[in-house]
Amino acid sequence: MSDSKAQKPERPLSPHLQVYRPQMTSMTSILHRATGAALSIGLALFSWWLVAASIGPEAYGVFGRFVSSKIGLLMLLGFTIATYYHLANGIRHLFWDAGKGVNIKSAYATGAFILFFTLLATVGTWYCVIVYGGAFL
Amino acid sequence: MAKFTLPQNSKIKKGKHIDAAKGAKNAKTFKVYRWDPDDGGNPRMDSYRINLDECGPMVLDAVIYIKDKIDATLTFRRSCREGICGSCAMNIDGTNTLACTKAIDDIKGDAKITPLPHMPVVKDLVPDLNHVYAQYTSIEPWLKADSPAPNRERLQSADDANLLNGEDGHGPAGCILCFCCSTSCPSYWWNGDRFLGPAILLQAYRWIADSRDEATGERLDALEDPFKLYRCHTIMNCTNTCPKGLNPAKAIAEIKKLMVARR
Repeated sequence: MSDSKAQKPERPLSPHLQVYRPQMTSMTSILHRATGAALSIGLALFSWWLVAASIGPEAYGVFGRFVSSKIGLLMLLGFTIATYYHLANGIRHLFWDAGKGVNIKSAYATGAFILFFTLLATVGTWYCVIVYGGAFL
Repeated sequence: MAKFTLPQNSKIKKGKHIDAAKGAKNAKTFKVYRWDPDDGGNPRMDSYRINLDECGPMVLDAVIYIKDKIDATLTFRRSCREGICGSCAMNIDGTNTLACTKAIDDIKGDAKITPLPHMPVVKDLVPDLNHVYAQYTSIEPWLKADSPAPNRERLQSADDANLLNGEDGHGPAGCILCFCCSTSCPSYWWNGDRFLGPAILLQAYRWIADSRDEATGERLDALEDPFKLYRCHTIMNCTNTCPKGLNPAKAIAEIKKLMVARR
């Protein structure tokens, strides 16, 4: 008995991410983690800005050229999205930690709300940048 | 550590297609995960096209139909066929549920059926539940009281009983241990060796909340651990998938609150 069992092949692992349907619950969670990671990259960019400003005009110029390049602007846009999403979802998590709104109806409603907020706040911010922040571009 | 892809021996191959509904007006294709330890090969997805007019309304009816009429080697657990035993828990159409309470009509297109996710497979749709049962044992799911036993039942108020049964009947005592929730939880997928998962934590809370139990502090001590409890990141796939409409996420949140309150 034990011999025949030892010869049996190792049990396979059943499929998980490959089959599980993406839904508001898991997607807002993974986005929270992804934007958290993006924020640390954004923070490096932010630090560069402060350091460059303290060094002088030449260093600041290098920074300015980078952030107004296509890749720099894309990073800033990503930083904006990540900031608003992570902030809003972080507040959602604070409510959950207090035991408030821990049910599917609330999770879907607040999830939709923070996604909408992120979109609105990002568009609003960049509207202001483009209209009023001409020097930047 | 999280490993997002399947190990080499678990990658799913294309299987065979059997059309058992030729000429049927009302047919549906079921794609079913198959793995036989005696074959030695990789798992595969076989598909069966069956005549729904010859089959009952639930997914379990279809799976039984396939076993009875097409392939007797198809292996799965089932018992009560009314959503109270928890045996036929499986991943159907992308979410975990009980095959006996999931209506075939609720599935658009082909119905894809795989075992409960991220579990070792014994055969076909039968996952190995030894580890979750061991985790269940670890929370000591029985009444613990040092005070002398009364001559009759230990009484509790209706409000205290509601903490267990739920005012709507959806309290933690309604859990049938089908493990749909635990196996829907990405955190449990990546850290299931040490994280207890929603099903077991819901049960842990069922005893913590019990007014007749006198080991609340001890039970909380046992959960004070970076993995056992705190790998829960409030994803809420658990509550979203529970076929009994229970709320494991809320129970875990309550345990976390009790942890803070006693500091």
